[in-house]
Amino acid sequence: MTRSSARWLALAVALLALATLPFWMIGDYYTNIASQILYWAIFALGLNVLVGYAGLVSLGHAALFAMAGYTAGLVLEAGHGHILAIVLGLTASVATSAVFAVLALRSTGIGFLMITLALGQIVWGIAYRWADLTHGDNGVVLHGYPRPFGLGIDTPTGFYYLTFLFFLLALASMTIFVRSPFGASLRGTRDQARRMTALGYNVWLIRFFAFLISGLWAGIAGLLFVYYNQFISPQIVALQTSAEVLLMVISGGTATLLGPIAGAAIVVIMKNVVSAYVERWNLVLGVIFVAIISFMPEGLVPGSIRLWKMGWRALLTRKKALPNTGAPPS
Amino acid sequence: MPADIYLWATLAVNSIAYGGLLFLLSAGFSLIFGLMRIPNLMHGSFFMLGAYLGAQFLSAGLNFWLAALLSGLAMAVVGGLVERFLLRRLAGQELAQVLLTLGFSFIIADLCLMIWGGDPIQPSTPAGTVGSIRAFGLFFPVYRLVLLGIAVATAIALWALIDWTRLGAMIRAGVDDAPIARVVGIKVSGLFTLIFCLGAALAAFAGVIGAPILSVYPGLDVDMLPLALIVVILGGTGSLLGALVGSFVIGFLYNFGQAMLPDLAYVILFLPMVLVLVLRPQGLFGRMLP
Amino acid sequence: MSRKLSRRTFMAGTAVGAAAATFRFPAPAIAQGAPFKIGLLTVKTGPLAQGGIQMEQGIATFLKEKNNTLAGRKIEFVSADTGGKPDGTKTKVQELVERDKVNVILGPLAAFELLAITDYVRDHETPLISLAAAEDVTQRKANPFVIRPSATSAQCCHVMGDYAAKDLKYKTAITISEDFAFGYEQMAGFQRVFEDDGGKVVKKLWPPLVTPDYTPYIAQIQDADCCFNGFAGSNPVKFMRAYQDLGVKAKIPLLAGWTAMDDALLKSLGDEAVGVLSAAWYSADIDTPSNKQFVADMQKDYGVLPGGYSAGMYIAGQCVEAALKSLGGKGDTGKELAAALHKISLTDTPRGAFTIDHLGNVVGTVFIRKCERKNGKLTNTIIKTYPKVSQFWTYPEKDFLEKPVYARDYPPAKNLR
Repeated sequence: MTRSSARWLALAVALLALATLPFWMIGDYYTNIASQILYWAIFALGLNVLVGYAGLVSLGHAALFAMAGYTAGLVLEAGHGHILAIVLGLTASVATSAVFAVLALRSTGIGFLMITLALGQIVWGIAYRWADLTHGDNGVVLHGYPRPFGLGIDTPTGFYYLTFLFFLLALASMTIFVRSPFGASLRGTRDQARRMTALGYNVWLIRFFAFLISGLWAGIAGLLFVYYNQFISPQIVALQTSAEVLLMVISGGTATLLGPIAGAAIVVIMKNVVSAYVERWNLVLGVIFVAIISFMPEGLVPGSIRLWKMGWRALLTRKKALPNTGAPPS
Repeated sequence: MPADIYLWATLAVNSIAYGGLLFLLSAGFSLIFGLMRIPNLMHGSFFMLGAYLGAQFLSAGLNFWLAALLSGLAMAVVGGLVERFLLRRLAGQELAQVLLTLGFSFIIADLCLMIWGGDPIQPSTPAGTVGSIRAFGLFFPVYRLVLLGIAVATAIALWALIDWTRLGAMIRAGVDDAPIARVVGIKVSGLFTLIFCLGAALAAFAGVIGAPILSVYPGLDVDMLPLALIVVILGGTGSLLGALVGSFVIGFLYNFGQAMLPDLAYVILFLPMVLVLVLRPQGLFGRMLP
Repeated sequence: MSRKLSRRTFMAGTAVGAAAATFRFPAPAIAQGAPFKIGLLTVKTGPLAQGGIQMEQGIATFLKEKNNTLAGRKIEFVSADTGGKPDGTKTKVQELVERDKVNVILGPLAAFELLAITDYVRDHETPLISLAAAEDVTQRKANPFVIRPSATSAQCCHVMGDYAAKDLKYKTAITISEDFAFGYEQMAGFQRVFEDDGGKVVKKLWPPLVTPDYTPYIAQIQDADCCFNGFAGSNPVKFMRAYQDLGVKAKIPLLAGWTAMDDALLKSLGDEAVGVLSAAWYSADIDTPSNKQFVADMQKDYGVLPGGYSAGMYIAGQCVEAALKSLGGKGDTGKELAAALHKISLTDTPRGAFTIDHLGNVVGTVFIRKCERKNGKLTNTIIKTYPKVSQFWTYPEKDFLEKPVYARDYPPAKNLR
C-alpha cells in the first residue's frame, strides 16, 4: 500500500468512526463531549488560518467567537427567529473581524498580537459593562433550538450530527483553501512578505481576507457554542479563552489541518473528562503542553507523524517549529 | 480641604506611585522581551510565585527586604533552569515560546493553589514605612512613596548596567549580532540565561514589594500580565526609558481614567494602547523591531 | 495550610461509612439497596477556587459527621470542578446528572454559573441546593427544583440598610462594590431600605471585578456618614487595607455585606478590619450545638475558621437529610425530593433556625456583627440579630415582585450628588 493511500484509508476510517460515533459511544454524556471537541476544533481551525497559514498570532479571537453567540442570543431574545439570529450572528463576527483586521494589520508579530489582545479585551469589557444590552454577567439565556429541515437538534445525537456536519464543511473548505492559489499566496505572505509585494501581490488585502475567513469560522463555532450551552456570558470573551484556543492550535501543530483538531481534543478532554478523575488537571494540562514543546516543538500531529516514521531516534533530533522561522513546512 | 482638591491631589500622587509599581512589574518583562525578543508569558507567574514565596518567608519571621531579595534569588534560579533547559532550544520560534511559557504558567498557577490554598495573603507594610504622610491636606501612605523610590532606583541601576558596564556592553553585543559576538569570545548563550534570570528575579522582587498593596491571591498572575504587556508596548519595546515613562503614563491614565470616566473603566488602558499601536507600532519610545 | 480533599479519599470514606451504617441503623429494605447520590458543583482551579475549596470542606465535614449516612441511606458523594466558567458548569452538571446519576446537586458557587444551568436542572428534574445568589432564581423566574438556604444577594443588605438608618442613625451613605450582578443586587438592596428609612445614598461606585488598586475609587469616598461595600472573593482584603491607609477609615465608618467580612477571610485581614460592621447570614460565633460542632470539626480537620461558603454547604447537607427523613428515606424521584426540600424547617443548624419560602429561598436569621480583636485574633462578634428575614425584607411579596429585579440602576438613585 502506498503512503498516500494509507493516509486516505486512515482518514476514511477516522471519518467513519466520527460519523457513527453516537452509536458506539458509551453514553449521551460522551456524545456531548464529542460535540464540544468538534466545535472547538472548528474554532481552532479558523484561528489556524491566521496563525498557521498567515503567520499572524491573534490573542483576541474569543471576541469573534462571542460576537456571533451574543448577537444570535440577543436576536432570539428579542423574539425573532433562528434564521435571522444565525445570519446576524455570522455577520457580526465577520464585521468585527474586519474592524480587528483593519486595526491589527498595521503591525505584524508582537504588535499584531498585542493589538488583537487589546481589542479582545475591549470587547470583553463591553460585554461586562454594557449591561443594558448584554445583561452583563447575568448573561443571555436561550430557549430552544432551530429545526433545520425539520430535524430536531435538541438531543445529544441530533446536535452531534449538526456539529459534525459543520466540522466536515470546515475541514473540506480548509483543504480546498490550503491547496488553492489564495492559500499559496497566503503562505507566501507568511514566509516572504517583501518578495510577495515585489511580485505585485497585495499583501495587506490577502491578510485581510484571511482574517475574515478566520472570523467566519470563529463565528460558526460561536453559534454552535451558544446553541449547545443555551447560555452565553462575558466569561467566554476573556483572555483565557483566546489563549486556550491558541494553545489548541500550537500544541496540535500549526500549518496542518489535523493539528488544531488534536489540540482541541486534548484541551476539551482534559478540562471535562480528566478533571473528573484528576483534581489537579490544570497542572497536568500544563505539563502536557511543556512535554509537547520539548519533544515535538512542531506540534503534536506533525511530531507524532515524525516519531511514527522514524521511531525513537526522532525524539532526540527535534525539528524546528514551523511559522515565523522561515523553515519550510513539512 | 475642598473635596475636589483632595481627590485630584490623591489621584496625582497615586498616579506616580502606581507608575512606580508598574515599572517594577514590567521591568523584567521589558528586559527579556527587549533584549531576547521572547514574549515571556510566564512573567505574571514569576510575579505571583515570587509574591507567595516572599509571603512564606515573611511568615517565617524574615525581614521584609531580605524576603524580597531572597524571593528574587529563588526565582532567578527557577528562571535560569527554564531558560537553560527549555527556552534556549526554541530560539526564534515565537509560537513554541508562547506554548512553553503559557504551559508553565498553568503549572505554576496550580502549584501555588496546591501549596498556599485559595485564600488571599496580604503582608503588612514593612517596619519603618508604616503610616501615612499628611501634607497639603493629603493623606497618603508612606509605603507607596517608598515603593516609588525603589522603582526609580531600580530603573537607574538597570540603565547603568546595560549602558555603562562591560557586562551590559557584552549583552548589547550579543543582542545586536550574536554570531560575531561569539566569534569575539562573548558567551552569548550564557548571557541570555543571565538576562532571563534577572528578568525573573525582578518579577519576583516586584511581587513581594507590591504584595502589601496588591495582596497575593490565585489569579494574580492573570491580572498582572496584561498590565506589564501594556506598559512595555506603550512605552516601547527594547527601551527601559520607554518602560519607565510608559509606567507613569499608564499610572496617570489608570487613576484619572477610573475616577473621571468610570464607564470606560474596563477599556481605559486598552483603548490608548490600541491607539498608540495603530498610529506608532513601535510604541512611544521604542525602536522599530527588525 | 489546608488539607486537600481527594475524591479517592472520599469514596473510600464512603465505603467505610456505608459498611458501618449498614450494621448500625436498621434500614428499610428499599433504602439499603441503592445509595443516595449527592453531587457538588464547585470550583477548584483559578481565582474562584478560594470559595470552592471551602464549599467542599463544608460538605465533607457534614458527611463525615454523619458517617456518610442520612436518614438510613448510605451516601455517595461526587465532586465536580467547573473551573468557574459557565460552559464548564454546564458540562459538569451534565456529568453529574447523566453520567453519575446524582439525586441532588449542591452548589454552584457563582451566580452566572447558576443562571447557565437553571433550565437544565428543571428539564432534568434534579433538585439543586444553591449557594449562588442570583435574585430572580427564587423570585420572578422561580425554579421549582432550586432551593437556596444561604441568601439572595440583597437579603442581608436590606438588614444593613435598616440598621444603618435606624440604629446607627446615619443620614448619608456611599456604596461601593464590584461592577457585576452580585454587586448591583447587594447595593440596590441596601439603598432601597436605607432610603426608605430616611437615609440618602449620595454616591455609588463600581470598580471593575479586576481592580489592582482601589485608590482612585477610595479617593472619591468623602463627605458621607458611612460607606457600604459588597466586595467578594479576595478583593475585600486589598480594599480594606487601602481604605485604612488612605485615611478614609478614620473619617467614614465602613459597613460590609457578608462576603466582604466573611469569617473565613479574617485570617487574611489585619487591623484594617477592626471596627467594621457587617450583615451576614452566617457567623462562626452563632451559638447552636451544630455550629459549635461544625466550627470545631473544621478547625480540627482543616485548621480554618469556617465562613459562609463552608457553612452553606454544611447546611445544604442538613437540608438533604431533613428532606430524606420526611420522605422516609426514599427520595429518588426529583419532583418528590424538590417538594420535600421546599417544606423543610430546621432549628439546629450552623445558622440557627430557618424555613424555606414557597419560592425556594430561605427565611432565616440575619446577624449584624462587629469585627474585634480578642486574644490577638480577629473575630466577628454578633451585636444584633434579626430573626425570620425573608428575601423581601418587610415589603409585601406581590409588590416586590411586580417591580423590576435589582440592577445597577434599579432602584434609581435619586439622591446622588
